[in-house]
Amino acid sequence: MNPATGRYAIAGVGALVLIAVPFGLSDYGLYVLSLWALTTIAAIGLNLTLGYAGQVSLGQGAFVGVGAYVAALLTTRGWPLPAAYVLAFAACFALGWGLGYPTLRVRRPYFPFITLAFGTFVFLVFRNEEWLTGGIYGINRVPRPSVLGLSAASPLGFCYFCLLNLAVIAAAVWWLRRSPWGRAFAALRANPLRAEAVGIDTRFYTLIAIALGAGLGGITGVLYAALLQYVDPTPFSLTMSVTLLLMVVVGGSGRLLGPFLGAGVAVLLPEGLRFAENYYLFGYALAVIVLMAFCPTGLIGLGERLLTMMAKPSAAPVKAPP
Amino acid sequence: MADILQLFVAGLATGAVYALAAIGFTLLWQTSQTINLAQGEFVMLPAFFVLSAMNLGLPFPVAIVVGIVASLLVLGFLFKQTIVDETIRHGVLPLVISTVALGLLLKEGVKDAAGPAAQPFPPLGGAGTVSIGDALLPVHSLIAIVVAVAAVAGLQAFLERTPLGRSIQATAQNPAVARVLGIPVERMIGYAFLINAALTALASILVTPVYLASFANGEWLGLCTFVAALAGGLNLRGAIVGGLALGFIDNLAAAYLSATWRGALPLVILIAVVLFRPQGLLGRSEESAA
Repeated sequence: MNPATGRYAIAGVGALVLIAVPFGLSDYGLYVLSLWALTTIAAIGLNLTLGYAGQVSLGQGAFVGVGAYVAALLTTRGWPLPAAYVLAFAACFALGWGLGYPTLRVRRPYFPFITLAFGTFVFLVFRNEEWLTGGIYGINRVPRPSVLGLSAASPLGFCYFCLLNLAVIAAAVWWLRRSPWGRAFAALRANPLRAEAVGIDTRFYTLIAIALGAGLGGITGVLYAALLQYVDPTPFSLTMSVTLLLMVVVGGSGRLLGPFLGAGVAVLLPEGLRFAENYYLFGYALAVIVLMAFCPTGLIGLGERLLTMMAKPSAAPVKAPP
Repeated sequence: MADILQLFVAGLATGAVYALAAIGFTLLWQTSQTINLAQGEFVMLPAFFVLSAMNLGLPFPVAIVVGIVASLLVLGFLFKQTIVDETIRHGVLPLVISTVALGLLLKEGVKDAAGPAAQPFPPLGGAGTVSIGDALLPVHSLIAIVVAVAAVAGLQAFLERTPLGRSIQATAQNPAVARVLGIPVERMIGYAFLINAALTALASILVTPVYLASFANGEWLGLCTFVAALAGGLNLRGAIVGGLALGFIDNLAAAYLSATWRGALPLVILIAVVLFRPQGLLGRSEESAA
């Protein structure tokens, strides 16, 4: 079996499992699966920022928050979901571009810090502008969408809606990787200096990757608001941005499947580790530190390393992934 | 007039603390390209070392010494030996991520160990005040200023007057050339990590009486440290100027503009710096646009 067929097979089996599984789940199981799907979308976005543009963002949680509030504000005022969807994406895209544009003119590492400060600022807006955001009480009764006349209000319907979103976005990113743009991203990641030398406008592509990443964060926000049917400032703190960032590297930054795996570890594993609830984040952070020291390519890189070692027990030196 | 003097002292006291942490951050960046995103937690943690020592029954001055030694050991030596050395061989980016995870680890660890409630922390020199005219100045703020100024002056003297200090400076300015000149660069980097740990421990002891000891302090302290270091231009003098300036602006904004919106200040300052003076206040403008 050549690698391409293998990949199609994995994608096909994964899709079938995701179509079949929701039928057997309780409402709570559906909630967790929906949460995984929408978290993966934000992680796919951050993977563009980190894996392709090579920029550490500490503000992805803030973009999710902006998306959630845009959706909550518009849909509770009777706007249709698609409008909220487009506006949330556009708002986050513009904010991402706005933060990236001045920052990338300079070679100093401003980006992590400006996104960190942005997150603090956005949190303040959510909490303080009560006339708009409801302050600490948040916004209640966010409606769930109906799509093509089918209501996605039930947990099962909404779960499929989230999975559909994930499938479309994953397909779009997959296509993007194979397009000339994707090749420019790959060149950018492999060697920015050479990419520039062969005439790729590295700054433009870096900005696009950052802005798209932020925009996908916004889409996650829209789905998040509809999933909980309620938004308040608490979840959109620095911790959300940090856990999203760690998800991307745990899966494998720059890898297509990385966000799926990373979000799986971050969303599904705590459910299995309920007994260790208080120590979960501590252990997770420790695991990431160890992973960065021994295998910064994440779990996918680790898996590949194990496969090579099993294929050749004499273990040739480990090949770096492209 | 009294208001202005009080604000001046308060600004100087917080600014001096930001400066201490920003100097350490800058030193790590210059000597080893380490962007320590856990620096805020490095300022949060030592106060808890001191509190634990006091819980064991040690008097406050002894507990301070224990806290500083523990910081040197954990935030200096262990951080360098385990995390930085193991990770930096894969490049700068994995190390940045690792410090993000370390920040989360320290925050959650303190929350699990000491509980989520903020605890009082004894101020150096007690809770008294000194009155000058109409102005009431907290003794603690004055002591904080004196200690921070002494620490910075001592560090400057060490870096500029002693052979060891000059070797560290050479490592900070150009590791490659320093190595050619026979300076044991690796050991100098180790010293830089110890200096950083000492500076953050000092900052922690000076700032915690005002903020109370809480696991969540690192977020805001870290942000202020980064802003001070970047606005200063990522060099040692710049970190001092950036820290003091931020302390003043922070206190002025809280007093005259809006206390609820002081948290917006870091974003405003960072954007202003990036737009108008990306090399920082005291930076050289060699690295504009790629």
